Amino acid sequence: MTRRFSWFNTTSLTLGMAFLYLPILLLIIYSFNASKLVTVWGGWSTKWYSSLLENEAFLEAAWVTIRVAFISATVATFLGTLAAYALVRAGKFRGRTLFTGMVYAPLVMPEVITGLSLLLLFISFGMDRGITTIILAHITFGMCFASVVVSSRLVSFDSSLEEAACDLGCTPVQAFFSVTLPVIAPAIAAAWLLAFTLSLDDLVIASFTSGPGATTLPMKIYSSVRLGVTPEINALSTIMIAVVSLGVILASLAGKRAEISRSET
Amino acid sequence: MGPLERRCRRLVNGMKSTFGQRLFVLLPYLWLLVLFLAPFVIVLKISLSDLAVSRPPYTPQFDYREGWAGIKTFFAELDFENFIFLAEDSLYVNAYLSSLKIAGVSTILTLLIGYSIAYALARSPQRWRGTLVMLVILPFWTSFLIRVYAWIGILKTEGLLNQLLLHIGMISEPLTIMNTNTAVYIGIVYSYLPFMILPIYATLEKMDESLLEAAEDLGSSRLAAFFLVTLPLSLPGVIAGCFLVFIPALGEFVIPDLLGGSDTLMIGKTLWVEFFSNRDWPLASAVAIVLLMLLIVPIILFQKQQEKQELGR
Amino acid sequence: MAGFSSFAPWDEPGKKPLIEIKSVSKFFGAFEAIHDLSVNIYEREFFAILGPSGCGKTTLMRMLAGFETPTSGQILLDGQNIGPVPPAKRPVNMMFQSYALFPHLTVEKNIAFGLKREGVAAGEISDRITDIMKLVQLTDFGRRKPHQLSGGQRQRVALARALVKRPRLLLLDEPLGALDKKLRQQTQFELMNIQETLGTTFVIVTHDQEEAMTVSSRIAVMNNGEIAQVAPPTDLYEQPSSRFVADFIGEVNIIEGRCAPAARDGISLAWNEGSDDLRIASDATSQIGTTAWLALRPEKVGITKTRPEGTDNAVQGEVIDIAYLGNITTYHVELPTGAIIKAQESNLQRVANRGITWEDTVWVHWSADAGVLLTA
Repeated sequence: MTRRFSWFNTTSLTLGMAFLYLPILLLIIYSFNASKLVTVWGGWSTKWYSSLLENEAFLEAAWVTIRVAFISATVATFLGTLAAYALVRAGKFRGRTLFTGMVYAPLVMPEVITGLSLLLLFISFGMDRGITTIILAHITFGMCFASVVVSSRLVSFDSSLEEAACDLGCTPVQAFFSVTLPVIAPAIAAAWLLAFTLSLDDLVIASFTSGPGATTLPMKIYSSVRLGVTPEINALSTIMIAVVSLGVILASLAGKRAEISRSET
Repeated sequence: MGPLERRCRRLVNGMKSTFGQRLFVLLPYLWLLVLFLAPFVIVLKISLSDLAVSRPPYTPQFDYREGWAGIKTFFAELDFENFIFLAEDSLYVNAYLSSLKIAGVSTILTLLIGYSIAYALARSPQRWRGTLVMLVILPFWTSFLIRVYAWIGILKTEGLLNQLLLHIGMISEPLTIMNTNTAVYIGIVYSYLPFMILPIYATLEKMDESLLEAAEDLGSSRLAAFFLVTLPLSLPGVIAGCFLVFIPALGEFVIPDLLGGSDTLMIGKTLWVEFFSNRDWPLASAVAIVLLMLLIVPIILFQKQQEKQELGR
Repeated sequence: MAGFSSFAPWDEPGKKPLIEIKSVSKFFGAFEAIHDLSVNIYEREFFAILGPSGCGKTTLMRMLAGFETPTSGQILLDGQNIGPVPPAKRPVNMMFQSYALFPHLTVEKNIAFGLKREGVAAGEISDRITDIMKLVQLTDFGRRKPHQLSGGQRQRVALARALVKRPRLLLLDEPLGALDKKLRQQTQFELMNIQETLGTTFVIVTHDQEEAMTVSSRIAVMNNGEIAQVAPPTDLYEQPSSRFVADFIGEVNIIEGRCAPAARDGISLAWNEGSDDLRIASDATSQIGTTAWLALRPEKVGITKTRPEGTDNAVQGEVIDIAYLGNITTYHVELPTGAIIKAQESNLQRVANRGITWEDTVWVHWSADAGVLLTA
C-alpha cells in the first residue's frame, strides 16, 4: 500500500518543522548581519566571525569545552557500555534495582539538583574545583545516557551469538571482545557522540562544578547572553550549529552505509 | 584432551567469567554510588545544617577525629529549620506551585503539538519517514542554550515577531512576550518537543494498520476509530512523552532565566539564586530536597511505566 | 456440502445472486491489479478465492469490504451498487489476516465493538455476545486480553467479532494461515459448521488449495488479476479449464501433443515420434489439427514392470525417483522425450513391495478417460 501526504498531516508537518527550524534559521541569517543592532538588517557581512576569532576569551573557553567533552565522553562511553552490559546480560545480582535506578535517574534529574549535589560532594572531599571536577560530573551523567543507548542495542542483539562463541571455545570475556563488541560498535559510537554533545552543551552542571579559571563555552555564552543579543553570539552559535549538524549528518550517513553493506553481505 | 582435563578447563573458565562479569558490574556501580548517590546524602545532610560565615559556609562540620562524641554532637546540631523556613515563606511555596503550573501547562501544550506531528510522521510515506524523523531529532543535538537564545531575538519587543506582525498590520502596538510566562511556555515547548514526538511516534509507528480498518469495518467513522483505537494504543507513548517533558521542565533553570521575567517564579531559578547570589547553601540544599520529593513520585511512576512497556513487548 | 449436496444456486436459472461483480478493473498507478473481472456470488455460499500471491485476490476482497474502490466496473449487493458506500456502512464484515484484534480491549469488548457502533441496546449486546461466544466456544474467555489467548482462540475471537454484526457477507482473509497444520484442519470443519448453522455467505481468500477444496462450495482460481476458472472443488479438480488451473490445484502431468482423429471414438494425441498416439476420451473434435495438452492426475496413472494388457495407453520409461509418503508412493518416470510422468500408488498393504526400484524400466499406463484434454 502506498501512502500519500494527507492535508492534515502535511499541514502539521510543515508547521512543526517551521516551528523547529525557523528560530535557528533566523539566528544563522542574522549572524551575517552587518548592523550592530541585531534585529535591524544592515546588509550582509562576515565581520562578526572575524571579530569572534580575535576574541581570546571565547577561544580559550572553546578549548576548555572541547577537552572536557572529549575526555568525559570517552570515559562515560566506557563506563556506560559496562553498565549496559551489566543491565542486559549479567542477570540477577545483588543491588540490581538500586543500580537500575541510578542508571536511569540522572536521565530525568533536573540539572540544578545534579549540579548542586556534585558540587557539595567535591567540597566535602576537599577537591579543588576546575576542569577535573567538570569532567567527573560530565562522566557521571554522560555514562547514564551512553548506557541507555548501548543497552537498547544489546537488547535487540541475539544472545545466542555469544553462546555460539562460548560453544566454540571462548571464555565469556573473550566472547564479549570478539563477538559482542563488534556487533554493538555502532551503538557505542552513537553513545560517544551523545555523551560528547551533552557535555558540549551543558551549562548548569558545569556552572556548579567549575572553579576559577575553568570557564566552558556555554558558561561564557550564558554570561554574554544575559546582557542581551549580540551579533558575535549569533556567529558563534552558527558555527556550533554547523559543526554539530555536520557531525550528526555524517554519523547517520556512515551508519546508513554500514547498514547497507551489512545487508548486502 | 581427556574428559577430566576438559572439566577442569571449564571450571577455570567459569571462575574467570564470574570475576570478569563482576568487574563489569562493579566499576559503573561504584562510580554511580560515589558520584550519584553519595552527593544526595550530602545534600540531605547540608539541608539540615545552618548557614555560617565560614568555608564551607555551613555548620555543623563533621569531625571524625572526635570519634563517637563528634558524631553525636553532629547529629544533635542537625535540624529541620530550613524546611520550616521554606514552608513558612510564601515565596518558596509560590515558586513550587508556579513551577508545577508552568511545567504542567507546557507539558499539555507540548503534547498537543507533539502528538499531531508524531501522528503525521507515522502516517507519512515510508520513503520520507526516515528523513523526517531525522529532522525532528536534529535540533536536539544542537546546543540547548543556543536554541533558547534564538528565541530572544524573535520575542523581544523590537524583535522579529513584532516586526513581522506590525509589518503585515495584524497589530498596531508591539506585543510584550519576552520576559513573561508566555515566553517561558514557548521556550519549554520548543526545547522539549522532540522528547514528546519520539515516544509517541514509536507507539504509532508500530501500530498494526489493519486495526483501523477493522474498526472501520465494524462500523466506526475515521474520527471515532482514532479515539477508540489509535489514541488508547498510543497512550504508553503519550505517558512516556509527558514524563520526559514534565520532569525536567519542573526543575528548569535556563529557560525561565533567559526568557522569563522577574515575576516568573520557578524553583530551579530560585535554587540557583539561593546558591550563587545569596550563598545560602543549606537553604539551597533544602530547596533541592523538596524539589526531589516533588519529582520522586513522577520518576517512580515513569520507571514503572517503562518496565511495564518492556514486559509487554 | 462442499459439492456433495444438491446446493448449487449458480446452476438455477433466474436465481438472483447476492453479490454481482461486473467487469471490475483496479489500477494502482500504472499497475493493473484486477482486469475486467466478473463473477456472481450467491446467498449461503462458501466461496473461495484461490491464487498465488500477487494474483489480485486480496485486492478483490478489499474492494468487497470497501477499503479499495474499483477503477471501473461495479459491485452490486442485492442489486444495489455499493461502490460509494464506505466500509463502516456496508453490511459486509471482514476477518483480517492478522486478526486485527484490539490489544487494549478484552475479548468481550472486542466482540461488542461493532454492536456499540451500531447503537444496539446494552441488553441485546450482551445476549448476542453470549450466543456468539458459545458458538465459537470461547465462553470462559470473555475477560481476557488478546495477548493472553492462543492462536486458535484469537482466530475465533476475530470470527466472532465479525459474525456478531450479522453481516450479509463475511470476508475471511487467509483466516487459518497463522495456525499449525493439525489445528488448521480442525478449524476448517468448525468454520464449515458455523457457516452452515448461521447461513451467512462466506468469501474466503486463501493461497492454500487444500483449504479451499475442503471448505468451499465453489472456488474461483485467480491468476494475474483475472479469474481463470470458477467451479465447485470436484469440477475444478477433474475438469480444469487450463493448464494453470490443472497445475495449481493438486499435482498433474502435462503432455503436449497435436490432436488427430482417433480410430474409434474420442481423439488421439500425437506426442512423440515413434511412440503410439495417446487415446483420449473427448468430444472436442473441433480441436483436430491443433496443439493441445493432456492433463493427467498421478493417482490415475498405474505403473507395472511388464507391458500391461488391455489399457488404452501405455508408455515405457525409467524410474528416476521414488517418494514414499506413507499412505501413497509417487514414482517419477522419465519418458524417452525427457518428460517426467508421475505415477501414484496407494499403499494398501502394510508391507508394499511392488519390486520396482530406481533405474528400473517400467510401463506407466492410464485409461482413455483418465485425463483431460486442455487447449489453453
